[in-house]
Amino acid sequence: MNSVVDSDTPPPLTPSLLYLDGVSVSFDGFRALNELSLQIAPGEMRAIIGPNGAGKTTMMDVITGKTRPDTGEVLFDRGIDLTRLDEAAIANLGIGRKFQKPTVFESHTVEDNILLSLKGDRRARTVLLARTNADEAQRIDEILTTVGLAAQRTRLAGLLSHGQKQWLEIGMLLAQDPKLLLVDEPVAGMTDAETEATAELLKRISAADHSVVVVEHDMAFVRALGVKVTCLHEGSVLAEGAIDVVSENPRVVEVYLGR
Amino acid sequence: MITHALISNDKTGKWFLAIVLGMAVIVPLLHLAVPPTSLFHISTSTMALLGKYVCFALLALSLDLVWGYCGILSLGHGAFFALGGYAMGMYLMRQIGTRGVYAHPILPDFMVFLNWKELPWYWYGFENAWFAFLMVMAVPGLLAFVFGWFAFRSRVTGVYLSIITQAMTFALMLAFFRNDMGFGGNNGMTDFKDILGFPIQATTTRAALFAASAVALALGYLVAKAIVSSRLGKILVSIRDAESRTRFIGYRVEHYKTFVFTVSAIMAGIAGALYVPQVGIINPSEFTPGNSIEVVIWVAVGGRGTLTGAALGAVIVNFAKTTFTTGFLAPYWPFLLGGLFVLTTIWLPKGILGTANELWERWRPPAQTSDGNPGTKPDSAAQPAE
Repeated sequence: MNSVVDSDTPPPLTPSLLYLDGVSVSFDGFRALNELSLQIAPGEMRAIIGPNGAGKTTMMDVITGKTRPDTGEVLFDRGIDLTRLDEAAIANLGIGRKFQKPTVFESHTVEDNILLSLKGDRRARTVLLARTNADEAQRIDEILTTVGLAAQRTRLAGLLSHGQKQWLEIGMLLAQDPKLLLVDEPVAGMTDAETEATAELLKRISAADHSVVVVEHDMAFVRALGVKVTCLHEGSVLAEGAIDVVSENPRVVEVYLGR
Repeated sequence: MITHALISNDKTGKWFLAIVLGMAVIVPLLHLAVPPTSLFHISTSTMALLGKYVCFALLALSLDLVWGYCGILSLGHGAFFALGGYAMGMYLMRQIGTRGVYAHPILPDFMVFLNWKELPWYWYGFENAWFAFLMVMAVPGLLAFVFGWFAFRSRVTGVYLSIITQAMTFALMLAFFRNDMGFGGNNGMTDFKDILGFPIQATTTRAALFAASAVALALGYLVAKAIVSSRLGKILVSIRDAESRTRFIGYRVEHYKTFVFTVSAIMAGIAGALYVPQVGIINPSEFTPGNSIEVVIWVAVGGRGTLTGAALGAVIVNFAKTTFTTGFLAPYWPFLLGGLFVLTTIWLPKGILGTANELWERWRPPAQTSDGNPGTKPDSAAQPAE
């Protein structure tokens, strides 16, 4: 299957943090991903755009272990094969994921949401006896300040506004201290002010040496991020480059942006 | 001290423990020390009934731990209860010795009747109390562990999981009905004589069994409370509310579910083991799917995710059952039970205790809420972050 890329290339030499090569996924005959190849460098922020059904969410499912690819390679952090691991193992390797619909633990307080997400030993027997220590309390303070929810810390997450839930979820990702954050439509349903704040937040996160992959439809937001853009279409890469280059690509205009 | 730390913030829990432990002392006292002519005397049958309720309360508590806190709706918890009961029954059968109808020194009556020549290997050791009591916990625990391991690892959730738990208890019922299983078949086990060397019908033994059940309920509550108050307990609630989110932040959901399911099954097994000597019989009808569904109703009526509510629900529903099934209303009990479940679901979705807590929160003067948990008050200061 790997006709394009020489499959003998030793993976450890790749400088990328995330390396997808020739990844295909089919659901009942529908090709959600079609020979998708993508590389994300350490510390890079990348925006992914594309029409509905282009395979953006499926790509995230493959990276986070929710979906097994039919063919292709998915390597992370010097050659770890993600296709053999489950969601929990991948999360513990340092890949955090924000869902399209904000998903937080609604019956827990805001600070507990962060606490439970903090990087640490996830084994049941350790967690059973775990007590919040000073380090953790400090990390929680830092993260809540970063995402602007310090004043809400003792509220139940279920009572937050839509935008606040989005930020809380980003805060939960930060708590995991992942090497790579996958962020699916972070500004869907946000006001303009919230959208702007979110762009700033993601830029700050990326500057703090996290790689970030953002899937987004909002072109103004993508422009505000000011990073390299990949446009997906029918499960593979249609165009890649700076936002101005990609948005002037005639194929991108045709399938996605519209004339 | 640990106990104190656990329930220091929990008024309902304090009341619950005080009532249960108080009953452990008072009920046997009123039975033994107060003469039968007195108004305050508790008769043998009343104490046996109360003992039954207490065992059911422990069973309800165990179901609430998995259902209320982890979202695992088990429709087969009666199976763990029955297995604990059978382990106890096997011990009690071996204590009969030569006093059985056939006076066989080793084989229980039903085996002699079936013309068996020797004790099946899985009956070995049950003459020892310590071994039998260990099995009371180990058998349900092991079944729950193996069942949970496969079901949760295969990510069977929701209604599908409920159905296979129901299938599990149904399969066990069919198996235990068979004579050649060696558990007494249809008739089960009965005619017990001694427990730990004490005659099982003696009033003092019965009083001690009641006290033991109440203490077990209190301990079960403390264990469940310790689990749900720990960080692991928070993860359980996270799994209940957003399972995939919990997975994607790196928790192995199946391990947590298997853990809590196993602990819960052990609690149910202990409840069954205490139930059997008090009612004097164990038979395969305990595995009836309907029994397990009734437990779900107790928990729903009392209030799921509250622990104490589950125990309360078990007592209330069973008290109603005792009342209604002894009078002219007896034929209508199933309708009453069903109606109760439907009405609870529609009007009291949080159950009696959950609703009571909610009303209390609303009614409580605001001065007191400021130092409490403002998160429970939707109208408490919600300033935007930016």
